[in-house]
Amino acid sequence: MSLFSMSWVVLKSLFKVPATVRYPFAQKHYYENTRGKIMFEVNTCIFCGLCQRKCPAGAIMVERKDKKWELDRFKCIICGACVEACPKKCIHMEHTHTKPAVTKEKEKHIHA
Amino acid sequence: MTKRTIIPFGPQHPVLPEPVHLELAVEDGKVVEAIPSVGFIHRGLEKLVEKKDFFDFVFVAERICGICSFIHGMTYCMVIEEIMKLEVPDRAQYLRLVWSELSRLHSHLLWLGLMADAFGFESLFMHCWRLREKILDIIEETTGGRVIFGSCKVGGVRKDISADTLDRIVKVLHEYEREIKEITDVFIADGSVKHRMSGVGVLSKEDAYHLGAVGPTARGSGVDFDMRKLRYGAYKNISFAPVLETAGDCYSRCHVRIRELFQSIDLIDQAARKIPAGPLEIKVSGFPEGEFFARTEQPRGEVIYYAKANGTKFLQRLRVRTPTFANIPALVKILQGCDVADVPVLILTIDPCISCTER
Repeated sequence: MSLFSMSWVVLKSLFKVPATVRYPFAQKHYYENTRGKIMFEVNTCIFCGLCQRKCPAGAIMVERKDKKWELDRFKCIICGACVEACPKKCIHMEHTHTKPAVTKEKEKHIHA
Repeated sequence: MTKRTIIPFGPQHPVLPEPVHLELAVEDGKVVEAIPSVGFIHRGLEKLVEKKDFFDFVFVAERICGICSFIHGMTYCMVIEEIMKLEVPDRAQYLRLVWSELSRLHSHLLWLGLMADAFGFESLFMHCWRLREKILDIIEETTGGRVIFGSCKVGGVRKDISADTLDRIVKVLHEYEREIKEITDVFIADGSVKHRMSGVGVLSKEDAYHLGAVGPTARGSGVDFDMRKLRYGAYKNISFAPVLETAGDCYSRCHVRIRELFQSIDLIDQAARKIPAGPLEIKVSGFPEGEFFARTEQPRGEVIYYAKANGTKFLQRLRVRTPTFANIPALVKILQGCDVADVPVLILTIDPCISCTER
């Protein structure tokens, strides 16, 4: 039993670099697998609606008639179910996270 | 005649960020009775199974808890696979073991940090979480998520870990082992920590058994109760013995978790050496019909999943019995007769997860 068993650890920490990232001066390192946010390419989409059906959070709305694809990023839980389900591979996962926003707006994509 | 006072504990309390309410009946500074009440964050996830495709429900099952998320998802998949008589490939079983043990590592390090915070040892708390962060980085690198892995699916796993990466992870974990030992030695040897925890909240072996305690709470009292001994998944090919302590106080519950950290690293090491090559998943077709119980070992103890399927894409019933729910009777027992000042530490030693309990 000792009273100062932590002292050695604390002393060592004094001479080490910080364990935290000095955000915003330094950015976090993302891995290849990191699920950051989903990205959508409207031009290859066939508006089949599979992603809407597979989405566990109900964040995706697809309107086949108007060729409209909507995503509510505040509902999206970034599980990757839509990326897996998409038959045309027009949804893909990006490593970086979504930037903070001040308004709760849905992201709309309309086929040209 | 001593006066009985009722002191409300929670649902908001600095030591525990989750809402649990306890009514403590206190006489002369000693707790004579504790009445728990839960239900502040009930989300009805078991009912949701009737509206979600059984294949997609694994995303919901993983989100029952933020710390033992992977094992929730894995147990759900095991139930469905057993109902549908699916043979999961060996490689997927081993990968599930690796991720289960990584999740145990990060959960126990989180608990050690919270425990240090509860008895006011701030620098120890930060060092525990610094180490946990390194485990989270490994998890993020291999699965893509930090706490919600999302890598388990019915019939196998979504992600693979290459042999090189797995070797590197084992090497890195052995390097961390030294750092973890440096920190956990403080819990074991430091006079103030020992003084705060040993002899506090003793749960006898008989009580732990009869009250149905699970996980480190039961093993800290000497009850040999580890679901990994059922040899589910890849555990059948791995050798290990459950960690047992006999004193039954806070210190021994803490000691069980510390020893399990090193055991988890050893299990990952064994799995990395034995993992076979092969497919990651098998194709799932048709709908499940029948019912099954699955029991697995989470960082906090045994979790039971029961599912009943009727041949459609929606399950008829899902029941989840989480470890914290099973540990609440044991908590009420250890609170009887303790000092009011010990209550936060005692509540923390069962590693409560209220969002698990209420689902």
